[in-house]
Amino acid sequence: MSWTRRHLLDLQSLSAAELTTVLDTARAFRAIGERSIKKVPALRGKTVVNLFVEPSTRTRISFELAALRLSADVINFTAESSSLKKGESLKDTVRNLEALNADFIILRHGASGAPQFLSQFAHAHVVNAGDGAHEHPTQGLLDVFTIRERRGRIEGLNVTILGDILYSRVARSNIWALATLGANVTLCGPSTLVPKVFESLHPRIRVTWDLEEGLRGADVVNLLRIQHERQRISAFPSVGEYASLFGLTPSRMATLSPDVIIMHPGPINRGVEIASEIADGVQSVILEQVTNGLAVRMAVLFLLNGGRQGELAA
Amino acid sequence: MSALLLRGGRVVDPASGLDQVSDVLIHDGKIAEIRPGILTPPGGEILEAAGRIVCPGLIDLHVHFREPGQTKKEDIHTGARCAARGGFTTVVCMPNTSPSIDNAGTVALIQERAKSAVVRVEVSGALTRSIAGEELAPIGSLAKAGVVALTDDGHCIQNNELMRRACEYARMFRLPVMDHCQDYGLVTDGVMHEGLHSTVLGLRGWPASGEEVIVARNILLAELTGTPIHCQHLSSAGSVRLLREARTRGVPISGEACPHHFTLTDAAIAGSEVFWKGDGSGIASEFFGGHALPSWPAYHTHFKMNPPLRSAADREAILQGLVDGTLTILASDHAPHTQSEKEVEFDDAPFGIVGLETELTLSLMALHHTGRLGLSALLAKYTVNPARLLNLSDGRGELKVGGPADVTVFDPDVEWTCDRADTASRSQNNPFHGWRLRGKPTATLVGGQFAWRP
Repeated sequence: MSWTRRHLLDLQSLSAAELTTVLDTARAFRAIGERSIKKVPALRGKTVVNLFVEPSTRTRISFELAALRLSADVINFTAESSSLKKGESLKDTVRNLEALNADFIILRHGASGAPQFLSQFAHAHVVNAGDGAHEHPTQGLLDVFTIRERRGRIEGLNVTILGDILYSRVARSNIWALATLGANVTLCGPSTLVPKVFESLHPRIRVTWDLEEGLRGADVVNLLRIQHERQRISAFPSVGEYASLFGLTPSRMATLSPDVIIMHPGPINRGVEIASEIADGVQSVILEQVTNGLAVRMAVLFLLNGGRQGELAA
Repeated sequence: MSALLLRGGRVVDPASGLDQVSDVLIHDGKIAEIRPGILTPPGGEILEAAGRIVCPGLIDLHVHFREPGQTKKEDIHTGARCAARGGFTTVVCMPNTSPSIDNAGTVALIQERAKSAVVRVEVSGALTRSIAGEELAPIGSLAKAGVVALTDDGHCIQNNELMRRACEYARMFRLPVMDHCQDYGLVTDGVMHEGLHSTVLGLRGWPASGEEVIVARNILLAELTGTPIHCQHLSSAGSVRLLREARTRGVPISGEACPHHFTLTDAAIAGSEVFWKGDGSGIASEFFGGHALPSWPAYHTHFKMNPPLRSAADREAILQGLVDGTLTILASDHAPHTQSEKEVEFDDAPFGIVGLETELTLSLMALHHTGRLGLSALLAKYTVNPARLLNLSDGRGELKVGGPADVTVFDPDVEWTCDRADTASRSQNNPFHGWRLRGKPTATLVGGQFAWRP
């Protein structure tokens, strides 16, 4: 049991013991999610604000449900409806939320580092729900949790992350968590989206632009969506060419070990990065990731609130 | 008018090569005599300068005083006071004000305000209308109004044909063309140096090649047109290499460096811990002694400027370029922004930091105290070199009997701790807050009058 942090801003700075604490706590919450009464009183009387300056539906819903299941009160605050559109600064917006005694601020923001910035003046606990191309820590945690549940361990596994790495906060959070926990990480995709500089992040990381090589020996393949909205000039000629070079097709799937698991943070582009039959196949854990995401986010809120794992037995 | 005797300082005048302990007598705003053992004139004031350096008033040809239009950040009077506190007697204002300095009327407005400023404030005019990079500004009437240089600083003319014509046209008026070197296609919306740290932080990269492409372009156009082009605030190793080769061939091209680019690196944006452990470890051991290292979080916007802080290899190449004479001019790129403008998400913060009050100190630390460059060679980059580039023919930039008594006196060895609130500026966007620094001005004289003394 190792958790003393006030905020969850990134996975880069988390130790293996801290990561393991979240994963173990999430396992207890997943068991609770399988009960008929899924609610626990851990955050009763606490207020959780979902501050989503960049639009997102699935992450917001997951955090919202996680907070509700912990008995917190939840406010959803999106950029479209907010004063941020009227020119109010993030700092002033957050001060206003804190004047309402918000205890947790879940921040999704298009600017990398926005949660770090917020944590410098916020009294509330800050949870990064995705900042620019920096990190998406709860997504990284739920991916690692899913791998550990399926494969029983992280250490020594070969994990291939395939797709848009350069602009992906999901990739960065996965990279840090996997490398810290001892997995070997292969990053694969077009050279414009998978620069070699990523190999300097950690000795356990390698980069390849050859899909066959990228898939060889993989225990886990995590597919990332091509983020058109973050590209300025198209990083590849066409979606068709991308699919032909890097799409996970049944024939490529046939070269993989039968134990391999296929992951995707969603939303998926069927027929682009992944063939439909693979997304729906037995090796796909895409929907399990969604379920696990809820447990992981409950664990994060619980731990930040000072909760101890033993308390969950009751 | 009374006389002033600067007594017993080490007088360093790069223009004449003078470097010896001597007295300097100032009379009627002019330098009357330079020699050891001058007797105190009757009724004259004495400034003891033993242990101090006495040199020509420093010139910073790259400052943003934000007037007209952005005076909540700075104005000509507050900016000039910063200059005086930093040891500067002449500064050149960049034209990216609001409206921009692209017409004689705005030049006249600044000149009028400058009359009551504590240092000499010169004006640079825009190369293109509204600094939009689309059509030539009225360069002839700007020249007539008295601008000392032309630049679109903050912006960069992307159209090579337009840049060529601007250079050719400027030649008629003997005005140097200065350029902020940035290729918009390569840089797009980059906010920090493209490298390992931008990858980890998930911030948009501003690649060094985005500067080097334009430096190469400027070398070719300086050759083609014969107009001297001065590359402003160079930040990358490649730029220094290109410039070195071109200058060897006699191309009329020059470059300047700013202290933040040869002191800090992009690691600073990953937070103080990363910086002090890595690229800052040499500075920590050399200058901080037992003093606490300042700390700052990752994504701190006081480390966001344009061009951005680059790698340790680039920092070293800039220092090398200063040492071997490839880079002939030092400047601050003093760029004040208010706290509320800087206290935002990194992507949204404006580029720039203040610099006038720390630049001499940081230059002394990186070049003089490390033994890399002699004091006279260093001071040339703040005095005679910018004076020559700007064609200042009134004796500024040197210590000459009969010339204007613009003189800076500084203590090269005094240690002090930088406090960003202790400033004459309207802004406090100073990345060196809490730093242990060595060397500080002790008096700044403009035309024989104290523009500043502690």
